[in-house]
Amino acid sequence: MTEIYIAKDKLPATIGKLMNEHLVYGPVFEGQYHEFIELKAGDKIDLAYQNTRLSPKGLFHPHSERMCQFSLAKDDPEAGIVKEAPKDYSARIILGIRPCDAYAFRLDDANFDTPTIKDPWWTKRRAATTLVGLGCNQPCRSCFCTSVGTGPFDPSGLDVLLTDLGDGFLLQAFTEKGETFARKVPDGEPASPAARQKAGALKQSAEAQLGTQFDPKAIAEKDMLELFNASFWDEVQFSCINCGTCTFLCPTCWCFDIQDEVNETQGNRMRIWDSCMFPLFTLHGSGHNPRSQKLQRVRQRFMHKLKYYPDKYQSGVACVGCGRCVQHCPVNIDIREVARLMSATCVCPA
Amino acid sequence: MQGYTERIQEAARRLLADKRVDVVIGFRKGTVPFMNEPFLAKNLDQVRQLHWDGNCGINLANYLPKRTDRIGIVAKGCDSRNIVVHLLEYQIKREQLYILGAPCRGMIDRRRILASLDGRDPSSAEEKDGVIKVVGSDFEVTLDRQEYLQENCSICIHRNPVIFDELLAEPVPEQQDVDRYPDVRQVEAMSPEQRWVYFDDLIKTCIRCYACRNACPLCFCPTCFVEESRPQWVGKSIDPTDVRTFHFLRAYHVAGRCTDCGACERACPVGIKMRQFTKKLEKDIKELYGYEAGVISDQRPPLDTYRPDDPQQFIK
Repeated sequence: MTEIYIAKDKLPATIGKLMNEHLVYGPVFEGQYHEFIELKAGDKIDLAYQNTRLSPKGLFHPHSERMCQFSLAKDDPEAGIVKEAPKDYSARIILGIRPCDAYAFRLDDANFDTPTIKDPWWTKRRAATTLVGLGCNQPCRSCFCTSVGTGPFDPSGLDVLLTDLGDGFLLQAFTEKGETFARKVPDGEPASPAARQKAGALKQSAEAQLGTQFDPKAIAEKDMLELFNASFWDEVQFSCINCGTCTFLCPTCWCFDIQDEVNETQGNRMRIWDSCMFPLFTLHGSGHNPRSQKLQRVRQRFMHKLKYYPDKYQSGVACVGCGRCVQHCPVNIDIREVARLMSATCVCPA
Repeated sequence: MQGYTERIQEAARRLLADKRVDVVIGFRKGTVPFMNEPFLAKNLDQVRQLHWDGNCGINLANYLPKRTDRIGIVAKGCDSRNIVVHLLEYQIKREQLYILGAPCRGMIDRRRILASLDGRDPSSAEEKDGVIKVVGSDFEVTLDRQEYLQENCSICIHRNPVIFDELLAEPVPEQQDVDRYPDVRQVEAMSPEQRWVYFDDLIKTCIRCYACRNACPLCFCPTCFVEESRPQWVGKSIDPTDVRTFHFLRAYHVAGRCTDCGACERACPVGIKMRQFTKKLEKDIKELYGYEAGVISDQRPPLDTYRPDDPQQFIK
């Protein structure tokens, strides 16, 4: 593992050099919050940020993606043939992504990249991307990554981890892509033992601050139907307004709808984010809706993340503790509270 | 508004114990600063969770449609006006309701406070004597409450409930000489091209999550036009035409009904100034018909009645 130190005043030149060879995405404050954007000359990357409002899942799984296109023109010999829409898979670097958000991509892989089914757009973008993460020296109060199997300095979803040491960054490469990246940082110097020690202390302090806020294992051990039929869902669901804020901001909510949009003779097959909070999400062609009630939809979101996903994939919960849903739910439904209810010793039936 | 919590709990306990209502809708204290959660107290044990402070901006009238039980509900001025709209639109019956009126000094704009903290993370906040004390692990700031009200609250002229069974406190003085529409006049003064750019810019971050619609008490249609699928009325992507269609139709659908409670703006996860769409319509209704939504409960609203002397200069 390569470990180098780079002074902060040398960073802009390094980023400039990277931008000559790759698309580089970084957190930029725009309007009212931070967002990952493709950096152009003059954009101000802010590596002192907390996190982006929307998760960076959109860089791999955009809100609205044109998958295919087709023509319906009568005189077009290829009318009705659905063709893949051209896309840009240029090499890119996502700089400053938080470890939790990068870890989320691994969880999403369970859906998009399996031994039998490979989503072409997700996997090609994943292959073309180097994830250069930024450890969290100061986690937010709504964060709970350490309770869900990741952490503020977890490198497991990253190619490179940067740790902010004040006047510079410790850069640690964890994968082959990461090593390639490290070689492109010309102004690095060998990391001193003191720098490593400081990084270790920052990690320890951040993890201690986060603590353990609930125990997902206790949920995994529960009987599924006992949880499904628990009486607390009625209380949890009351305030929910069934908007898509939690699911759209969530880095591990991958659900989508497919729609054909036709304008005169030209059509696009679109893949668009969908949400289990919406009644239309489960409406059958027959008119039957297995989740017609709000309680069923609210329960589904938490059961999927904290029970069904762990049961099915045996790789932990489908939540990385980024806290976006906690911060931005308009009615303050807090997944940590729900997880505590789900893991409580007695889930008595009503 | 200190002291409301005790009054709400006392009233809820009494109403539930006397079997005057089956449930009480209020708020319970939130898990993060500047947020409370709408809460349904069904029994005396749950009453002690009921809570009130300046973070009760969500409009509780949103939780009334389709309920068949007898409900005690805490209502600020705007919530009470939306209850009136519900009564006029047959969403709930008056005899089902016991309204605990909450004279209101405005709700806190959490986003503006968080923005003013410049990335610092608050752990708690306390309101007292017109100031908000915000505390974090390495800072403490005191803010003037009046300066951090939700924008709709700072121009509110119906702070006292317009309909209630009992009041939680003496009425508060209504704000006088409020100019409610300086921003609307600015947009009116723009050229059509400028307006187009202005509104496009407002909604450019929309992610079609529908938090605005779902937080709105007026949006109770069994199937919203954006969810009609046979046939589909509007595309679901973030194509600008579809996003515009959603926002403009939503605004027109609440014309003459919107009470400017601000729930849409408060709920939007990307901070869209939703009220810029509805305020112009509110101003028009006021100028054309002298009507304010949700203030009078025994008269049909102007947009669901026809009178021969209705203004019609806009028909060309």
